[in-house]
Amino acid sequence: MRTDDRGGLSRALHALTARGMGQVLTAAAGLAVMCAVFGFLNPVFFSGRNVGNLLRQIAPILLIGIGQSYVLITGNIDLSIGSVTGMSCMLSATLMTRGMNPWVAAAATVLCCLLVGVLNGGLVAKFNLPPFIATLGTMTIARGIAQIVNNNYNTDSIGQAAEGFRNFFYYGRLGGVFNTIWIAAALWLAFNFLLSRTRLGRHIYATGSNREAARLSGVDVFRTTTAAYMVSSFCSCVVGLIVCATSGMGTMDAGNMYELYAVAASVIGGVSTLGGQGLLLGTVMGASIWGVLQNGLQFAGAPVAIRNIVIGAIVVVSVLLDVLVRSGRRRRKRDAGGEAKA
Amino acid sequence: MSQNIVELRRVSKSFAGIRALDGVSLTLESGEVLALLGENGAGKSTLMKILGGIYTRDAGTIRVFGTEIEEMTPRRARELGIAIIHQELNMCSHLTVAENIFLGREVTRSGLLHDRPMRERAAEILSRLNIDIHPDTVVGSLPISKQQMVEIAKALSTDARILIMDEPTSALTSKEISDLFHIIRSLREQGCGIIYISHRLEELAHIVDRVLILRDGRYIAESRFEDTTMPEIIANMVGREIKEKFPRIESSPGRTILSVRGLNAGRQVRDVSFDLREGEIVGVAGLMGAGRTEMTRALFGADPKESGEITLDGEAVRIDRPMDAIEAGIVLVPEDRKNDGLCTKLSIRENIALPNLDMLEGRLSAVDRRREGEMVRRAASDLSIKMSDPEQSAESLSGGNQQKVVVGKWLARDFRVALFDEPTRGIDVAAKAEIYHLMNDLKRRGLGVLFISSEMPEILGIADRIIVMCDGRVTGEMPAAEATQERILELATRFEDKLGVAAGD
Repeated sequence: MRTDDRGGLSRALHALTARGMGQVLTAAAGLAVMCAVFGFLNPVFFSGRNVGNLLRQIAPILLIGIGQSYVLITGNIDLSIGSVTGMSCMLSATLMTRGMNPWVAAAATVLCCLLVGVLNGGLVAKFNLPPFIATLGTMTIARGIAQIVNNNYNTDSIGQAAEGFRNFFYYGRLGGVFNTIWIAAALWLAFNFLLSRTRLGRHIYATGSNREAARLSGVDVFRTTTAAYMVSSFCSCVVGLIVCATSGMGTMDAGNMYELYAVAASVIGGVSTLGGQGLLLGTVMGASIWGVLQNGLQFAGAPVAIRNIVIGAIVVVSVLLDVLVRSGRRRRKRDAGGEAKA
Repeated sequence: MSQNIVELRRVSKSFAGIRALDGVSLTLESGEVLALLGENGAGKSTLMKILGGIYTRDAGTIRVFGTEIEEMTPRRARELGIAIIHQELNMCSHLTVAENIFLGREVTRSGLLHDRPMRERAAEILSRLNIDIHPDTVVGSLPISKQQMVEIAKALSTDARILIMDEPTSALTSKEISDLFHIIRSLREQGCGIIYISHRLEELAHIVDRVLILRDGRYIAESRFEDTTMPEIIANMVGREIKEKFPRIESSPGRTILSVRGLNAGRQVRDVSFDLREGEIVGVAGLMGAGRTEMTRALFGADPKESGEITLDGEAVRIDRPMDAIEAGIVLVPEDRKNDGLCTKLSIRENIALPNLDMLEGRLSAVDRRREGEMVRRAASDLSIKMSDPEQSAESLSGGNQQKVVVGKWLARDFRVALFDEPTRGIDVAAKAEIYHLMNDLKRRGLGVLFISSEMPEILGIADRIIVMCDGRVTGEMPAAEATQERILELATRFEDKLGVAAGD
């Protein structure tokens, strides 16, 4: 009866295309070109040592990118990411310098950060605040908390007792690969699974695609949105713990601007800021492009200012490409008589 | 054995003090198709949204399968086996057909989405409906008529016992309509109850057992379909008494100002032609979605047009952008004044000056505040806009006064033709009267007024000539003296007969 029967693989690809697989592949191609250019300019770029460092640089951007992607796919935005990172870093370090067991401190920090996610979700999905404003507020509050927990000072060293904590999050290796990379990879796998294979994931896409249709279909939009914000806060929190482990102390401005880096990683990888579309595989590409540019331009001797200009331009171009492709497609569709309603 | 599966008793509902439903009762038996009929705003959709749990009622009782339901929610309605096919499409366009059909009740296996059974089940429903769509197709890539069929498939997939269809056929092709009717008949045989809302009266004969008519939020009549006739149905739908007095002024229209020939713009404006003369108000009647707003927007250059000639005072004019229309002397008072007509956060002064800043340019290209003030004062007194201060925000005005500000924007310019799109919607009686006087005033000055309204009494009461639209086409034209509500409704429901084939079975 049906005419367009296809194999299982192409069928799966079809659904992925709708989620933004095209943009992911474009980003992957761009990434490959960049790696080739930087490797050609300076062969050290591909040395084992640099690759290890590069991946360790990418890991935190990937983590916050995962969180922001979740929120963007629901059609919202999370500006509190960077401040939650700072809050996590300061809170965990302060607790440790006061003698708390590092693992207990880390667990307590995670709980506090999740509360920010719950607050964001509530403000946006229950009280219908514009997400930009709601998370601008929680961003400022979280930064304030980061500053107040140690009386407006960075903390002292978290000390010997935290050696295990520091190794777990940053300095240790497993099978020759830095732990930070393992953590990012494991969380990516878990959150990719959650987004692509569970009801919650499906509801996240549905909410971002058409909130009213989702609601009328029985989707709990409030719970779905809050869950996405909690994933975001959790990822930011883990990054804060990584920063704390890296420097061995709490710094109040940790994570500064991270919320925007997270948006950049997401959109370069094809996550739509309008919601309903995006793949975490794209976020990997976005975060990698980000890291490779930072690292490669540094190798090529470019100053920070140039790096900023290049990355900014790439954000704009990647979204512009997407917009142009999309409007072209819409025009073709309209010409084919597909559009009926004005 | 038929039994009452739905019983609504004396259901009432008000929105912001406006009574949308006033003690309406309705029963639905198993194994019947009930047509719920009425003009726009009669309360059909509101009543169905109350049954579906989308709105909460102010008063009245709901019984479903004999059980009284205290609090109805969309979820509760679904559990009871009520499914609504909404008039507006409600699909997640990024998701696939199968994902949309199972949205909110996904099949899972040990906590994970189990896609295969959902796909298979979706394919089965689609093929039962004779719909040639693969369940993995992304909904956004489908044409509107197919999306509508997916919406229907979604409702049927819930194994609903009570189906509410709100204008399900408006976007469908004749083959799809015939398939849908086939399904409706088989559902009826299985004992489902179906409430069918449609303006396409010619379709009713194919499926309907009983009709129930609402008017102005009130129950008017019901009868078995075979015991009634179309003229009787139409008379019941429109039989609203004209209480208001309309301030019609007599005038003898002069030469033609505006002449539109063969205007085409998308599906909603097809080959529209009409003339508008000096000192004449031409009313445009029709149902919601007839293409009247689209026609004015295309005429004004707000939306692109495919073809059509516009002549103004004997000269052909080319209108590609709103600016072209304004310069030619055509102004628009849009339907949605809060979104399209006013910058609600700006002051009355700023709103009135906005399209006229070119006339107010002073030294250094700055706005000449003195002349601006004069313009605002003149507009306010010409239109008697009730305000305490021209600096107050447009938002703070009443609906009628907001409408006057929209009109006031254009008064400073010498325009020839004013397009009024539903100017009296949502404003009180006194403000309505002022809008009528305003249109009459323009008419007296020898300008042309195009007056779009869904309220038949006011069109009959104010317009000199009436054109009726349906499905993007002009289906009739008559002098107001010869017009009746019945005649207008008959023309407004003259849809293209898509059912030539479907009528066979």
